[in-house]
Amino acid sequence: MAKREYAFYPGCSSQLRGSAANYLVSVNSMCDKLDVKMTQIPDWNCCGASISYAGSSELARHVLSARNFALSDKHLPGQDIVATCAACWLGGRETIEKLDASSQLLADTNEALKEAGLEYKSGTAIRHMVEVLVEDLGYEELGKPVVKPLDGVKVAGYVGCQTNRPFGIAGESFENPLYLDKLIETVGGEALSKYEEKVSCCGGSLAFCEPEKAEKQIKNIVESAYDQGADVICTPCPLCQANVEVYQSEINRKQGTKLNMPVVYYSQLLSVAYGGTLKEAGLDGHIIQPKKLQDIAVKVVPAKR
Amino acid sequence: MGDLNQQMLDKYRNNFLHEVEEKVDDGEWVKMCMQCGVCAGSCTFGPDWEHTPQKIFMMIRAGKREEVLSSHSMWLCTSCYNCMVRCPRELPITHIMHGLASYAHRLGLAPKNQPTRDFSLIFWENCTKTGRVNELRMTISVYFREGFVSGVKKMWTLRNIGRGLFFAKRLNPLELFVSHGCKDKDGLRRALKKADEIEARRRGYEVQPRGYSS
Ligand code: SF4
Ligand code: SF4
Ligand code: SF4
Ligand code: SF4
Repeated sequence: MAKREYAFYPGCSSQLRGSAANYLVSVNSMCDKLDVKMTQIPDWNCCGASISYAGSSELARHVLSARNFALSDKHLPGQDIVATCAACWLGGRETIEKLDASSQLLADTNEALKEAGLEYKSGTAIRHMVEVLVEDLGYEELGKPVVKPLDGVKVAGYVGCQTNRPFGIAGESFENPLYLDKLIETVGGEALSKYEEKVSCCGGSLAFCEPEKAEKQIKNIVESAYDQGADVICTPCPLCQANVEVYQSEINRKQGTKLNMPVVYYSQLLSVAYGGTLKEAGLDGHIIQPKKLQDIAVKVVPAKR
Repeated sequence: MGDLNQQMLDKYRNNFLHEVEEKVDDGEWVKMCMQCGVCAGSCTFGPDWEHTPQKIFMMIRAGKREEVLSSHSMWLCTSCYNCMVRCPRELPITHIMHGLASYAHRLGLAPKNQPTRDFSLIFWENCTKTGRVNELRMTISVYFREGFVSGVKKMWTLRNIGRGLFFAKRLNPLELFVSHGCKDKDGLRRALKKADEIEARRRGYEVQPRGYSS
């Protein structure tokens, strides 16, 4: 298999010691097995996310994204940029769309970037890690490295919003995207196709500032997974992962519930199925332990003969 | 900044729609709304919105400037993009909500102590200081924005979360001291400063409300 190469934009939450550090670990081990090489964009900066609007302007946010694009183009020419964070990916795509549509905005962005000695030339592509998996590699290829199928693990695929809207993954519907379920099944897990909260919003960044309102969302997201008999919730988004995992104890404290549903990334499922250890799959980075996956991860694979 | 509000009042008189078109990001889309109501039921925190996006667009046309700009509603937008994928006229509703909120803040008309506004400002400050978000510092400033005692109380109720994340190696107290950041953060800050100047030029602001002093 030819090695595939991409420029990598990890985003703030996935960087070392960030709240999604274990996402990064599992992505690395997954990519290793798939012969996908990702090189971090040198000196990348935060994209500003969707939440920074009060203090910033639209132009300033485009400048942040365009700086990353310019750096990627300079150091890793010709490579598509891959983002693992839904918000980074979305923000990047919005910038590309807007700058392509307006020569004035493009000129303004470059006037600002000049201050940092950089220039953005259009033609950049930014892809979500999931797009690389399902579009560039395809399910068949993703199934090949599986050495430990996730037999008997019931997974509620929680797609959330920003990986799904407004752009989404090509060919998928907004109401019922299927790629996450297909990924789960590709590695031998059982995808709970009737999971009702698949595309609901967890409250996003507002979990920080309006926790009570977000907790209402999160409670539904978790309870609906219980209704379907899930062992674990799986998501493509670092903020969803953090919100849905972390706030369960708060909901329990306030409402006397007993929510204790582990929440993992798709990359952790793949990594475990590919034979990754607890550490490699980032399964040592959870507050609510994903028991079933941890058990599989420590199991020794019978040597192939 | 109160001055800016007066300037805008003088300039646009009774034409709030025109003001929104010229000053608010994506504001030129507002007139395309056909009041079908599809977006009104889309918001994640729906029951908490006093004015749905549909209503806000109607109020803009009706010239209800104060009411719109001092509303809490657009600060409740979670950027879920439900509305945008449903709107038959393809209005970038999410962006208009952010744009209105941002403009209200710039004019000093946003509600006081609006939690999302405060968080958004802390986030931007945090992200532009070094070029990367420092989650620990950000979390601390969010919880302490209302003062020390209330911050301690909030931290206390959330202590289990912090401890959990700490043991899971995902929130490291070291972050307080060794921060991530761009090597060329000065270049980045110069570029952002320039962006603000350009923005002020394009929108015709005399004052330049934000700076990136270190
Ligand atoms: S979306 Fe969040 S995590 Fe991603 S780079 Fe932007 S601020 Fe950082
Ligand atoms: S579900 Fe939550 S975290 Fe995930 S994309 Fe939506 S708002 Fe962001
Ligand atoms: S993006 Fe904002 S305005 Fe649109 S439906 Fe979601 S919360 Fe409502
Ligand atoms: S869905 Fe679009 S057209 Fe309909 S009310 Fe909302 S903004 Fe207006």
